[in-house]
Amino acid sequence: MEYIVLLFSEIYKILYVLIPVLVSVAMIVWLDRRIWAFVQKRRGPNVVGPFGLFQTLADALKYIFKEIIIPASSNKIIFILAPIVTMTLALISWAVIPFSEDYVLADINVGILYIFAISSLGVYGIIMGGWASNSKYPFLGSIRSAAQMVSYEVSIGVIIINVLLCVGSLNLSDIVLAQEKIWFIIPLFPMFVIFFISSLAETNRPPFDLPEAEAELVAGYQTEYSGMMYAMFWLGEYANILLMCALGSILFLGGWLAPMDIPLFNIVPPPMWLILKILFLFILFALIKAIVPRYRYDQLMRLGWKVFLPFSLIWVVLTSGYLLYFDLLPVY
Amino acid sequence: MLAHAIFFYFFSFVAIISAIMVTASKNTVHSVFFLILDFISISCLFIMIGAEFLGMIMLIVYVGAVAVLFLFVVMMLNVAQQKNQWFKSSETSTHIPVGLIVSLIIFFELIIVIGGWKYKPDIIKNFSDSLVSNSTNTHTIGSVLYTEYIHLFQISGMILLVAMIGAIVLTFRKREGVKRQNYFSQISREKNQGVELVEVKSNEGVKIDV
Repeated sequence: MEYIVLLFSEIYKILYVLIPVLVSVAMIVWLDRRIWAFVQKRRGPNVVGPFGLFQTLADALKYIFKEIIIPASSNKIIFILAPIVTMTLALISWAVIPFSEDYVLADINVGILYIFAISSLGVYGIIMGGWASNSKYPFLGSIRSAAQMVSYEVSIGVIIINVLLCVGSLNLSDIVLAQEKIWFIIPLFPMFVIFFISSLAETNRPPFDLPEAEAELVAGYQTEYSGMMYAMFWLGEYANILLMCALGSILFLGGWLAPMDIPLFNIVPPPMWLILKILFLFILFALIKAIVPRYRYDQLMRLGWKVFLPFSLIWVVLTSGYLLYFDLLPVY
Repeated sequence: MLAHAIFFYFFSFVAIISAIMVTASKNTVHSVFFLILDFISISCLFIMIGAEFLGMIMLIVYVGAVAVLFLFVVMMLNVAQQKNQWFKSSETSTHIPVGLIVSLIIFFELIIVIGGWKYKPDIIKNFSDSLVSNSTNTHTIGSVLYTEYIHLFQISGMILLVAMIGAIVLTFRKREGVKRQNYFSQISREKNQGVELVEVKSNEGVKIDV
């Protein structure tokens, strides 16, 4: 009996995080298309519902009723598994995101490592999809994407080390609470810029959307997918983008903390601040998609390995030297 | 405790089955995927005994990096279609006895290590006395690794660095006649270098020489 009560309360908590995430993924797809359209002086989706808000739901409905086509020469089990893996991995990372001091599903000690590990697993959804399709374009797209994600993960890891040096803990709530005096974006501003660009590359967003460069690879690893399986890839991608925005706002923009400790700001509930910061970062993502042309592949690799990695490594040395010299290292 | 036991047996079962399937599956790419499943379930076991740092590092290093490279090599070399006749073939193979001997030796070594013999028991005792009991295991590993074992840690880092440089030197080859792009000159190109305004007289055309 005790177990059953525990089980249901856990399921309730999970849904309490998962449903807002899924709804906001739908909204964010709409917002992305709207911003893209506004930059290009178009209207964007504005027909379904007020301001076209229900466009994504209509799209999802269309995908549900479409036929799922599995290519005859594909590896069927892995082909079906790939979108499921992508979607699952995109959603389970939300378990450790703290929305406020007591609104977090799993407040684990190694939260930041957990997110890093899950996002490094994200490559597999893409590789599996590309390989199992048994077709040239998906395979090339998945190889490109895997190389790209592995390279930019390295610099994200080094940037995370920078933040951890200032915090002294791997717990995400501790990382937010360490920014009560000053958000890390101010002392670590170059790292924030590199993190932002790396997260664009990590989530395969333009200008780093080489895996799905439509002029060269049709749609990359998604070429052979249709119906609900394609929609799952797509939802997973946007859930990942939201997650990277959330991670950026937790690491650098103070998570759920208000910008200043004044009564006007304190009226706004803490989760609202996190949502506002995520929205701010996402609007930047969307604007960049609209205004920046696509990178060439060798330039992308060069940027990751020859520019970002050395720079963030040097910054680790600088940060640790500064903290050591002024005796600011967090001691446990 | 019941849930704990159920999860433990579930992860161990998955780990053992997938380890067997790594060698038994016919498709090499499937083998790599089973290897990944094996890594993941072992890292779950690490987390279950409270070593969450090791579990996560296991995921990041082995699953996130090493297995991706395995997958790349297997896909690129196109060995996916090679038939693995581990269970089926009745022909006598020379590989199986050798493999059995090696695995038996490793098995007995493991038994010797686990049973009885402890690695420098006095050091382990000193550590467990000096460590604060309520600190997380990330802090504990850090405080041991960067104080007592700092030299071993640095030496292993140097070995990895040398191995990496060696691999790069071995595979690096300078090819003649390859067109390389100079990023600096590409970015610093101005409009007047690339575009020229030419007055074209009617019916005469223009001669372009680049």
